Amino acid sequence: MTDHAHHHGPAAQTASGMEQAAAIEPASGLEPAAVPGPALAEAAAPEPAPASAARPKLAVWKFASCDGCQLSLLNCEDELLSIAGAVHIAYFPEATRAVVEGPYDLSLVEGSITTPEDMRRIHEIRAQSGTLVTIGACATAGGIQALRNWADVDEFRSIVYAHPEYLSTLDTSTPIASHVDVDYELRGCPVDKRQLIEVLAAYLNGRKPRIPSYSVCVECKRKGNICVPIANGTPCLGPVTQAGCGALCPTYGRGCYGCFGPQDTTNTASLTTQLVELGMADADIVRVYRTFNAGAPEFEAAGNAVEAGGAR
Amino acid sequence: MDDIRLLPATGLEGLIAQLRSRGYRVMGPTLRDDAIVTGEIRSASDLPQGVGDEQDPARYRLRKRDDGAYFGFAAPAQSSKPVFFPAEEVIWRGRRDTAVTPDSAASASTPDNAGNPTTAPASSPHDPGFTVERDQLDAPPIALLGVRSCDLRAVQIHDKVLAGRTYIDAHYVTRREATFVVAVACSDPAATCFCASMGTGPRPAATDPATGEPSYDLLLTEIAPSDPDRHHFVLEIGTEAGRDVAHAIDTAPAEFDDQHEALAVTAHAASQQTRRITAATVRDDLRASAESSRWEDVASRCLSCTNCTLVCPTCFCTTVEDVSDLTGATAERHRVWDSCFSEDFTYIHGGPTRESVKARYRQWITHKLSSWEDQFGMLGCVGCGRCIAWCPAGIDITEEAAALGRMRAGGVLPTGDHVPTGDHVTVTS
Ligand code: SF4
Ligand code: SF4
Ligand code: SF4
Ligand code: SF4
Repeated sequence: MTDHAHHHGPAAQTASGMEQAAAIEPASGLEPAAVPGPALAEAAAPEPAPASAARPKLAVWKFASCDGCQLSLLNCEDELLSIAGAVHIAYFPEATRAVVEGPYDLSLVEGSITTPEDMRRIHEIRAQSGTLVTIGACATAGGIQALRNWADVDEFRSIVYAHPEYLSTLDTSTPIASHVDVDYELRGCPVDKRQLIEVLAAYLNGRKPRIPSYSVCVECKRKGNICVPIANGTPCLGPVTQAGCGALCPTYGRGCYGCFGPQDTTNTASLTTQLVELGMADADIVRVYRTFNAGAPEFEAAGNAVEAGGAR
Repeated sequence: MDDIRLLPATGLEGLIAQLRSRGYRVMGPTLRDDAIVTGEIRSASDLPQGVGDEQDPARYRLRKRDDGAYFGFAAPAQSSKPVFFPAEEVIWRGRRDTAVTPDSAASASTPDNAGNPTTAPASSPHDPGFTVERDQLDAPPIALLGVRSCDLRAVQIHDKVLAGRTYIDAHYVTRREATFVVAVACSDPAATCFCASMGTGPRPAATDPATGEPSYDLLLTEIAPSDPDRHHFVLEIGTEAGRDVAHAIDTAPAEFDDQHEALAVTAHAASQQTRRITAATVRDDLRASAESSRWEDVASRCLSCTNCTLVCPTCFCTTVEDVSDLTGATAERHRVWDSCFSEDFTYIHGGPTRESVKARYRQWITHKLSSWEDQFGMLGCVGCGRCIAWCPAGIDITEEAAALGRMRAGGVLPTGDHVPTGDHVTVTS
């Protein structure tokens, strides 16, 4: 991304509006050209250095989301000081009231697009951002709120709000990449703080982030976990889900819930067969595919297929 | 019968204590969560006494036995692979040097190699370079207790792969140094076991077929676990080190009948195995099957999850993962398990060479049962059945091999005896 003065219009969308056409694949990485070189020298200082032109300006933006991914950044207790030393935190309302005007070198975007105002704002942010990284399931797949894509939003509105007429909302919840070009997508609900730091370190050092796209099973086996569907019949989405969490749930004897979205090679049809064999009802299988990454194309298709009677 | 002794069931405690007193870290089967795993054994109470297992495709269950057997189960969830070849280890650490020439400021402002310490130190006169610290291994010698024939054979295969070629895995060699092996003859194979057909069990061979070295220092066969008065082990001595340990613990002399009784245990175990691979023909069956329609079939079931390779005691593929801190001042290179089922495994510029799942499954089974022999002079499967039990889709290597054999015999192959070359089936080194 050498030139962000312009931005492209929303990517082509499918009927359901879920296509992540503009998503940048991890393999393509961050383009070194976008990386501000001089960051390194000062970054070596352990303490937050005073604002300077040399440090890249970081902005953290929020759309429809729970704030969990931004909090992951604040949870990086051990690393916070060096983050603050390495970048100039120019806009991060969750952390500081000080606001520095754009443009920004690096924007982290949390949340999905659910209102007409969101659609306008994300284009503005894109135009002000050198590199734009989306963080979390909401920003990369539409989040749990993408369940509205299967529902009647007007009905929700009239049930939940006394004056639904004051509300302006879209029928769908869509990922950021459905609206603007995104340089890198970091998965997770919430994102994993080690991965977040890895993306920041990669950005600062002008290299590709080392974020694997293989299944959760790889992390699970490396940890020496006992596979829960095999050893006690607990359904697990690990085989179709991208690693990143450190196989958190299986480590505590639970099945994977798919927080990190589809792995690079996703055979949901085979996993569905396995979930049926483990005794899950079709409605439950539909539900496990439709959680935080309901809008990810592979999970969306898998849930729809089961709903259409394709599980048996 | 100088090489055979009898060890009372209660004598396991003394054996473990003896090994520990000699400075060994004793690793053997132990219960964790819902499975038997390989872990540290500090006393006989760490062993899964009275516990058995059931293993089927995509299914593993512990069961309570109605006797006091210490080793009345089949292959544990993971073999001893991680003991010598851990899933992740640091190969080296690098630190960017701060001390410097007058030009250092200039170097800091052009961090071309930031986070990339694989380049030569001080690659330019302005670059202060970096210092590499190798990870120092300081681990006590290992005693494997209760290692089964299949897994022992797998360790020998790893000795060849990781320590018997031009480039050796130095950490593996260090960890394997001075290993003491107390093997156990299998009495209760699972439904997934097929070592008998692979010639790798249930009774361990006395010597490594490749090197002629003794396979074990001591071999235990558990006798009469259901009779507390008779419950004991036949203890066979394989080396002088084994003899030394045997003489230091409380054993009794054995008779000819005792050895007979031990052999009967493994003969019975072999007769219980229902799965098999035709080891004599499987290599050629796979060579002839590069274009088989079976690959589409198995790919429709395969999740490309990697579990089969990660539980396989002989799979040895790894990748390196580099990590750096935010500033690029320090970096580490980690060696981690990888798998031919991951897409990035064959990633080269432009993309992976094995993009389809059928190509990945074909690579796995062909490597295990065919090209491994070209590469190492032996098959890469020891018949432990883990890839069957721990495959979430229940894909059965014996059934896939049999299907390919049947299809070849029935002429259901589009290209006959096509011998794969080039990128069809890649031998992994
Ligand atoms: S527990 Fe789940 S994530 Fe872990 S290996 Fe089994 S299927 Fe994969
Ligand atoms: S291929 Fe399967 S049965 Fe053979 S050694 Fe590996 S895990 Fe065991
Ligand atoms: S290439 Fe061979 S050794 Fe490596 S993971 Fe695949 S089957 Fe195992
Ligand atoms: S064969 Fe089974 S364990 Fe191996 S990658 Fe395929 S689904 Fe996973």
